[in-house]
Amino acid sequence: MADIDLTNRLQKAVCAAHASGQPLAITGSGSKHWYGRTSSGKPLDVSGHRGILNYQPTELVLTARAGTPLSAIAEALDEHRQRLGFDPPYFGDGATLGGTIACGLSGPRRPYAGSARDFVLGCRIINGSGEIMRFGGEVMKNVAGFDVARLMAGSLGTLGVLLDVSLKVLPHQLAEHTVRLQANYCEAIAIMNRWAGTPLPITAMAADGQHTYFRICATPDDAQITADKVGGDFFEEGLSFWKDLREHQLPFFDDERPLWRLSVPAATPHPLLSGTADADWFIGWGGAQRWLKSDMPAKTIFQAMRASVGHATMFRGGDRSGEAFAPLSEPLLALHRRLKQAFDPAGILNPGRMYESL
Amino acid sequence: MLNLTVMQTASNKSEMITALREIMSASSILSEPEELAPYECDALSAYRKLPGLVLLPDTVEQVQAILKLCHARKVPVIARGAGTGLSGGALPREDAVILSLAKFNRIIDIDADNHTATVEPGVRNLAISEAVSHLGLHYAPDPSSQIACTIGGNVAENSGGVHCLKYGLTVHNVLGLKFLTIDGEMIETGGQVLDTPGFDLLALMHGSEGLLGIIVEVTVKLLPKPETARVVLAAFDDAEKAGKAVTNIIAAGIVPAGLEMMDHLAIKAAEAYAQAGYPTEAEAILLCELDGTEAGVNEHIATVQQLVTDAGASECRSSTDEAERLRFWAGRKAAFPAVGRLAPDYYCMDGTIPRHRLAEVLAQIGQWSTEYGLPVANVFHAGDGNMHPLILYDANKPGELEKTEEFGGRILELCVEVGGTITGEHGVGMEKLDQMCVQFGAAELQQFFSLKAAFDPEGLLNPGKAVPTLHRCSELGRMHVHGGKLPHPELERF
Repeated sequence: MADIDLTNRLQKAVCAAHASGQPLAITGSGSKHWYGRTSSGKPLDVSGHRGILNYQPTELVLTARAGTPLSAIAEALDEHRQRLGFDPPYFGDGATLGGTIACGLSGPRRPYAGSARDFVLGCRIINGSGEIMRFGGEVMKNVAGFDVARLMAGSLGTLGVLLDVSLKVLPHQLAEHTVRLQANYCEAIAIMNRWAGTPLPITAMAADGQHTYFRICATPDDAQITADKVGGDFFEEGLSFWKDLREHQLPFFDDERPLWRLSVPAATPHPLLSGTADADWFIGWGGAQRWLKSDMPAKTIFQAMRASVGHATMFRGGDRSGEAFAPLSEPLLALHRRLKQAFDPAGILNPGRMYESL
Repeated sequence: MLNLTVMQTASNKSEMITALREIMSASSILSEPEELAPYECDALSAYRKLPGLVLLPDTVEQVQAILKLCHARKVPVIARGAGTGLSGGALPREDAVILSLAKFNRIIDIDADNHTATVEPGVRNLAISEAVSHLGLHYAPDPSSQIACTIGGNVAENSGGVHCLKYGLTVHNVLGLKFLTIDGEMIETGGQVLDTPGFDLLALMHGSEGLLGIIVEVTVKLLPKPETARVVLAAFDDAEKAGKAVTNIIAAGIVPAGLEMMDHLAIKAAEAYAQAGYPTEAEAILLCELDGTEAGVNEHIATVQQLVTDAGASECRSSTDEAERLRFWAGRKAAFPAVGRLAPDYYCMDGTIPRHRLAEVLAQIGQWSTEYGLPVANVFHAGDGNMHPLILYDANKPGELEKTEEFGGRILELCVEVGGTITGEHGVGMEKLDQMCVQFGAAELQQFFSLKAAFDPEGLLNPGKAVPTLHRCSELGRMHVHGGKLPHPELERF
């Protein structure tokens, strides 16, 4: 992979935009262009800014430029039997590290290993005034200064242009099995939460209304014993199942309707919304993430979720000029605006990508 | 920028007390010097200052009213939990009120189905695990002060502990927060769910040292207690070999629950204090704890024994039962008080380094130790590179504290130089403001101030802590010069 440093060029572009007030739309490979609200700035392509800057397997740390393809990172890690702990979805072959962190998305492993932001150790950014800054570092424990590095995760490029990111990485486990049991959604939620309360080495749980799926990653003996305990059948296609779930390539996701992501306490009963059919749902993250295919008005779903203790995201499809993320309370939104102002006073970085007024 | 001009005079202090009595009972307002004295420092007792007032509210409404009052009168507010912080984060100032959250000690809810607990900020760290133990659950982060320290303080400092490598810091184990901004507005972020819309304020609040808001409720993630845990104790005649053993373990794909190293002086002190059975002639010992299921732990124990032996361990033992495991830990857990017996005072440092630089950093500390004539005992969270050099000194000897501070400062700056950080888990507080100038440039510091202003425009929450002013950095005598360039060339020198 080419090693290219575009820091200066990117900084100049941001400085110019800051001076002229020209909004920028930060783009990587475009693999997640559909996520969040439509943002109409002048494209700032960071995908050329790439290269792994530091990877020392026994430090469990990797630093790479934001435009580095995830696939190149995965390959480098795999050589040392390591991986990204949060199991990020790619949603496209070209997916970059920067886009992955900016979107803050995590895969099936998330409840058991942690989220994208959990693995962020540090980053270098260009803020909206064109200043280059480094936060966090390349060590596991670091409480010097406010945790701006983790704040960047999931901020959709609205606070800064990511230049490079340092992540904690994890070793692969020696053995992996997937088992599945027959269960409807109500049964599945109960079973998944029962196992979540035990110390078994389970790294993913999901349910599709017919079956509940368990991924077990451990030492060989441990994996075997755990699989026996959980019961059900060995699921030969386990490896591709979890990848297809992560990448939304299971048949469930092949649908014209908007795809909603509902984040709820894991044991929340099914279904979350009336007027839906079992076939509209898919349960991931051991119950904590519910996918819903629905044409219901966005407002109805946001409102229904506000009454519960979770929140909804219009993940894919639907009207991207309206709000895609759950509306914030007025004091919270005001705080968001002040934070945005603190990092991007001219409001040029991905304006409107997260919320209309940010 | 922080720009505080309000100083309390006797008359506006008594006016303040009168106004506070409208909010809370007189017995919850401390103003006499003898009442204030217990609050004059946190666990970094080398720095002391009497606060203007100490307030002990017991309802969120009272805290809101106090904040509104302080905001209106421009009175600084310093939040305090159990006062176990090690960096002077809760150090008072005479123009400020100490807002003690000690009375907020209720566990509000334990959700056994969703494996969460919602608690008030003054609940002790260990009390959470005790309250959920019967469910087979625990709260994972275990700072050494866990018997006393509060969860609110843990969030404010993003506390670690010996089990961070596997279970993460406080930020990885908290799901939701309610906090009050300086104008008394309640902000809720996260909850019982795994993410929250908008910016990750939850991450930002962790380690913010009371500068952004007053935490009034915390929802934590509870984890299943491991089926079993075992410890390998390995001794080495050379610290470098112990470092090699750590590298071997990580390279083999094992993530231990705890991985701790102690040097010769720390071993001797701990053994004399706790009789843990440590080999006192060793230059370094390593404690490697593995937890999980019986099968997994036993498989890993065998591997770890082989790996430490390959690295040149002179001795290697594995705990065979819980009593022995606890005995292996007893020495490490008693290391600080044990070292405390070696000298009238000790100063605990908290830098983090990339692990592969350990040997050279230890060698440099050893050299400085000789130069300063101050012994150092080293306790090291080896898994995550977090060092705790304990500098032994005598505060009663004139100039020795200053010498110790200088030595400590050099250690922290060395940590930055080798690619690490000035604080792994104790926070910046009052203590490491100068080293912040080495860790960060002017742009970052300025960004911290504008971020702070987004929460607290007048800079009333814990002013003067955690982030140094650019002025302070420019005046700092002890600056690192990299390649002939001063860290802040854009600033005027005075």
